[in-house]
Amino acid sequence: MLVSLNWLQEYIDVSYYSPEELAEIITKTGIEVESVEPVAEDIEGVVVGYVQSCEQHPNADKLNLCQVDVGQETLQIVCGAPNVAEGQKVAVATPGAVLPGNFKIKKTKLRGEESNGMICSLQELGVDEKDVPKEFADGIFVFPEEVEVGSNAISLLNLDDLIIELGLTPNRSDALSMAGVAYEVAAAIDGSYELAEEKVKTSNEEATDYISVVVEDTKANPYYGAFVIKDIQVGPSPLWMRNRLTAAGIRPINNVVDITNYVLMEYGQPLHAFDYDRFGSNSIVTRRAKDGEVMETLDGQERTLSSDHLVITNGDKAHAIAGVMGGAESEVQDDTTTIILEAAYFHPSVVREASKHHGLRSESSTRFEKGVDPNRVERAGYRACELLERYAGGTVLHGVVTHDELDRSEKTVTVHTSTINDRLGTEITNEQMADIFRRLQFSYEQNGETFLVSIPTRRGDITIFEDMLEEVARIYGYDNLPYTLPAGASQAGGLTMEQQLKREVKAYFEGAGLHETITYSLTHKEKATMLVSPEVEKQAESPVGLAMPMSEDHGYLRLSMLPELLESLSYNVARKQENLFYYEVGTVFISEEEQVTKQPEEVLRASGALTGEWVAHPWQQEKKSVDFFVAKGILEGLSKQLNLPFTFEKAKLEDMHPGRTATVSVNGQTVGFIGQVHPKLQKQLGLKETFVFDINLEVLFNEYQKEEAFQAIPRHPSVSRDIALVVDEDVTAGAIEATVAAAGDPLVKEVRVFDLYQGEHLEEGKKSLAFRLLYLDPLRTLKDEEVEEAHNRILESVKEEHNAELRG
Amino acid sequence: MKERLEQLKQEALNKVENAESVQNLKDVRVEYLGKKGPITEVLRGMGKLSKEERPVIGQLANDVRESIAEAIETKQSRLEDAAMEKQLEEESIDVTLPGRPVQIGGPHLLTSIVEEIEDLFIGMGFEIKEGPEVETDYYNFEALNLPKGHPARDMQDSFYITEELLMRTHTSPVQARTMGARNGGEPVKMICPGKVYRRDTDDATHSHQFTQIEGLLVDKNVRMSDLKGVLNAFAKQMFGAEREIRLRPSFFPFTEPSVEMDISCKVCGGEGCSVCKGTGWIEILGGGMVHPNVLEMAGYDPKEYSGFAFGMGPERIAMLKYGVDDIRHFYTNDIRFLEQYHKA
Ligand SMILES: [Zn+2]
Repeated sequence: MLVSLNWLQEYIDVSYYSPEELAEIITKTGIEVESVEPVAEDIEGVVVGYVQSCEQHPNADKLNLCQVDVGQETLQIVCGAPNVAEGQKVAVATPGAVLPGNFKIKKTKLRGEESNGMICSLQELGVDEKDVPKEFADGIFVFPEEVEVGSNAISLLNLDDLIIELGLTPNRSDALSMAGVAYEVAAAIDGSYELAEEKVKTSNEEATDYISVVVEDTKANPYYGAFVIKDIQVGPSPLWMRNRLTAAGIRPINNVVDITNYVLMEYGQPLHAFDYDRFGSNSIVTRRAKDGEVMETLDGQERTLSSDHLVITNGDKAHAIAGVMGGAESEVQDDTTTIILEAAYFHPSVVREASKHHGLRSESSTRFEKGVDPNRVERAGYRACELLERYAGGTVLHGVVTHDELDRSEKTVTVHTSTINDRLGTEITNEQMADIFRRLQFSYEQNGETFLVSIPTRRGDITIFEDMLEEVARIYGYDNLPYTLPAGASQAGGLTMEQQLKREVKAYFEGAGLHETITYSLTHKEKATMLVSPEVEKQAESPVGLAMPMSEDHGYLRLSMLPELLESLSYNVARKQENLFYYEVGTVFISEEEQVTKQPEEVLRASGALTGEWVAHPWQQEKKSVDFFVAKGILEGLSKQLNLPFTFEKAKLEDMHPGRTATVSVNGQTVGFIGQVHPKLQKQLGLKETFVFDINLEVLFNEYQKEEAFQAIPRHPSVSRDIALVVDEDVTAGAIEATVAAAGDPLVKEVRVFDLYQGEHLEEGKKSLAFRLLYLDPLRTLKDEEVEEAHNRILESVKEEHNAELRG
Repeated sequence: MKERLEQLKQEALNKVENAESVQNLKDVRVEYLGKKGPITEVLRGMGKLSKEERPVIGQLANDVRESIAEAIETKQSRLEDAAMEKQLEEESIDVTLPGRPVQIGGPHLLTSIVEEIEDLFIGMGFEIKEGPEVETDYYNFEALNLPKGHPARDMQDSFYITEELLMRTHTSPVQARTMGARNGGEPVKMICPGKVYRRDTDDATHSHQFTQIEGLLVDKNVRMSDLKGVLNAFAKQMFGAEREIRLRPSFFPFTEPSVEMDISCKVCGGEGCSVCKGTGWIEILGGGMVHPNVLEMAGYDPKEYSGFAFGMGPERIAMLKYGVDDIRHFYTNDIRFLEQYHKA
C-alpha cells in the first residue's frame, strides 16, 4: 500500500513528526513501513506559464518559438514538443532551475533564437514513465485552465509529496485504504480521525425507475447496491485527484474511472461503473456463471466462466465478473452520459476463485478477497456520487437500488485486564486498558477489570481474545514489555544419540579432508534415478515427482545425492578448480508405491565425490591423483570410527566403472557402494577420474554399539610374521585375507596387505601379495612353536584354497 | 721409574692432543694403555723396587693410566661433536620452502550457523527435533491454523506432490508433530532445524530450497515477556552483546500476537545505511504466542497452556553476519566459497 503523505495529512495532522519518525511509529505499532520515498527529486523554479503565442522557429522545422507569460515576466522559449500550442498552461523551468539529473536551466540560444527557460514534460520533472497519463506521454504536460499563472508547478503536480510504502500482512486489509491508514495512524500517535460524511444532492427522479436488482446467490453476494447517475460528461478528472491516484500507483484515465478508483483508495471499497445505455436492459441480475459461459472483459480477453464464478448480468448476458473485472460491452466511453454505479459486497472466496482462475489480480479483487468493511460499502457508493456530481457533471438519481442481506453488526470480545497481564507479563491498569480502546476507537462497556469490547467492522481481523491481546500489546508498545525467562520446570537440553553421531560423522569426514556441501533435494528426473545405491534401487518403485514443478531441473526428489554432487564438481572444474573432495549428509526420498499416496521414507545418507590430486607437493614433484583406495580409506576410517566392520564386494553398477566399483555392507546388510564414476559419464561432466561413495547412515547408527566396558591393553607382546604369496591374478586379496584369518583363528589378530607385485620375475598371469600377520594371545606370551604351527596351517590353507605358493 | 712414567704420560697426552680422528685416538689407547704397552712394561719391572717404593710407583702408574684414558675420552667426544656438527651443517635445509600440505575439509557455512544456534538453545534447555521434508497438507497447514482456502496459504506458495502431500514450506509441522505426540499433557521445549521448499525462482535473494530453524515452548503460564527474554538472550549471544533488539507487531497464522524481531544494524550502528535500508534495524526472525487453534489441534487446552514459537533463516543470518551477497552461493558449492568459512 502506497500512502501519500500530503493526502494523509489532509485526514490527520502528522506534521509535528518528521517522515522518519512517523515511519518508525507506524512500524512499531503494527504496520511495517518498507520505505519513505519522495515522489520526485527536489526541484525549485518551475512555475505555471501561459503560452501567449507559438510560432514555428524560423531556422528549424521541428522547433517552436513561444512567448510564455510566467507571472512577473514573459519569456521567449524555444520548444520542440509536438503538442505545444497557443493558449496552454504549461510547466516552465525558469533560468536557474535545476531539474532531475542535475540538469541546470540557463538562458541560451537555439538555432539563433534566444531561449530563456524550458517547457517541461512530466518525465523531465522526474515523474516515472509509467505514471505519465497517455495524452502527455510524448510531449509536454498541459495544466487544466483553472490553475494560476506563476504558481508553483511542483506542488500543483504533487511532486513535493512523500510516499510511504506499507508492507501489509494479510490480516491487516483494513489498511488497504487511506481511511484505514488514518485510523491506524490515529491510534499510533494518539491523534483523531473520522471518515467524513458523504454529501449528495439527489434529483427527484427515482433510481428504481431506471433499474432493478435481483441477487440469486445471497451467500456469495449478500449486498448489491446500484446507483444511477445521469448527465455525465466524461473528461479528465481534476489535477489533485490525478496526482493522488498517481501517488497511489494508479494511472489516471477519465473522471468516471478515476472517481471509482479514488473511492477505492479512500474507502477500500471497489466500485464499478456500467454504461447504462450499453447495459442492454434495466434489470441487474447477479448469479453464478454457467459452466462454459463466455464473456469479453475490459482488457479485450474472451473469458470462459464456470459456476465457481459470480457474474453481474442484465438478466441474460454477463457484464462483469463480480469483483474482478468489468465487461467490454458496457465499459464507460467518451460518449457515455448515464451510468449505473455498483457498490457491492462479494464474498471473499468467490472473488478469490475467479481472480485466481483468470489470473486477474487487481486493486479491486485483492480487497474483496480479504473482505471489505460491510459498513462502508454503501457509503462508498454515496461518496462516488458526490464526486461524480462535482467533477463529472453528474445528476444523481434518488435512492440506491439494493438487495441487502448484509450483516453489519459489530462483534464483541470480552477482555479481563488480569488475563491480559498474565499473558503479556505486564502490569497494565484498567485505566490504561480503557485508554488503549479509546485510541483504537473501539467502544466498550467496562465492569471493573472486565471490558466488553465492540470491534468495528473495519477490523474484521479481530475475532478472539488473542486478537485483542495483540491490539493491547501493540498499542501499549512491544518495547514496553519486560524481559523475563520462562518460569516452568527446566529440562536438560541436548542431542539424541543419532544427532550426536551425525555430528561425529561429519566431523570425521572433514578431518579426513572432505568439504561439506549442500545440494538441492529436487532434481531432474534423469538425475533422480542415477547413481542410486543397489539397496535403494531395490526398495524404490520410482522417484517421487512434483505435481507442478517450476522447471524440469527441479521436478523430482532425489534417490541419490551423487548426481548433484557431481554437478557441483563439474561447476568447479569449469572454473579451473580441479582438486575437489566433497561430501554431503542428507536425505533421499524412497517411495515403494508407483503412484505416491503416502509420505516417502526419508533416509539419511552420506555421499562423497572426489577428483583431482589428493597429494600435490609442487616443489617436490610429488603428485598423487585421488584413486579408489583413497576413497576406500575414507570409508574404512569411518568403519573404525563407528567400530563397525565394512565389507567391500566387487560389483557392476550402472554409470560406474565396471572394474572399480564395490558394494559396501555391514553385518550382512548392503548399505551403499563405492567406486569410480564410469568414464563415459566423467567425460560428459568434464571430469577427470572421479571416485564416489554413498552410504546409509541410519543403518550404521542402528548397528552402532556404544562401547562402555573398558578393553584391557594386552600385556604380552604380539609376534609378527610376513608372508609373500604368489597366486593367480584373479584371486583377490580379500579372499586370501579371509582364509588366513579363518585358518589362523584364534591366534591371528590382524592380517594386512603390505605389498602387491606383478611383472618381472613372475609368471604371466600371476601376482605376488605380501601380508603381515599379527599373532597375539592377550593372556600369555606365545611360544615360537605355537606360532610356527599356526603359520604352517595357514600356508596349507592358502595353498589348498587359492593355489598360493610361498614366494621364494 | 718415576721419570719414565712422567715422560710416558707427557708423550701420550701430546699424541692425544694432536689426534685428528677417532682412529688416531684408538691407536694411542692401544699404544699406551694396551697389554703390551710401555706402562704395563713399567709395572712389570716393579719387582726390582723396594717394598716402600712399590705402592708409590703403582699408584703413580695407575694415575698416569687414568689421566691418559680421561684425555682420550674428552678428546673423543670433542671429535665426535665436531663430526656431528659438520654433518648437521650438511643437512641444513631452506626452511622457507612450503610444508607438505594437509588435506583439510570443513563444514558448510549453513551447518556452522545451524549448529551454533542449536548449541545456544541446548544451553537454554531446548531439545532438537527433526521431521520429514515431504509433509502432509494437514501438518504443514491445517494443524497450524491454515485451513484449505486460507488466503495466507498464498504467502507460502508450495510444491505439491499430490493433493495431500507437499514439500514442507516451513519447519513448523515438526512443532505440530511434537506437540501432538505428547498428548496435551507435557511441556514442550524444542527447536527444529531443517530444509524447507517454496515455489520461488532462484535469484540473488530467493531460493526454492532453504533452511529454517524454529523454536517452540509450551507450558503453563508462558508469557509474551518470556518470548522477549529468550529471544533477547539468543540475539545477544549470536550477534554480540552490543546489539540492540526490537520487537514489532506482525502476522503469522499460527501465532497471536505475532512479532518480528529486528537487531540494530552492525554496519551503521543504528544510524541508517544501505544495508538496513536507512532504518537502522535489520529483521532477523519472526515469532509470537502460539495461536489457541494450534494448541487445541495438538491436544492442549489453550486455557491451561500457552506458549511461544519463533523461526529464522540461517541463510539470512549468514548473509547478514558475513555479508554473503547471493543466496545461491549456499547451494552452488563453489570450492572458493566453501573454503572461506572453515573456522579452525
Ligand atoms: Zn545500517
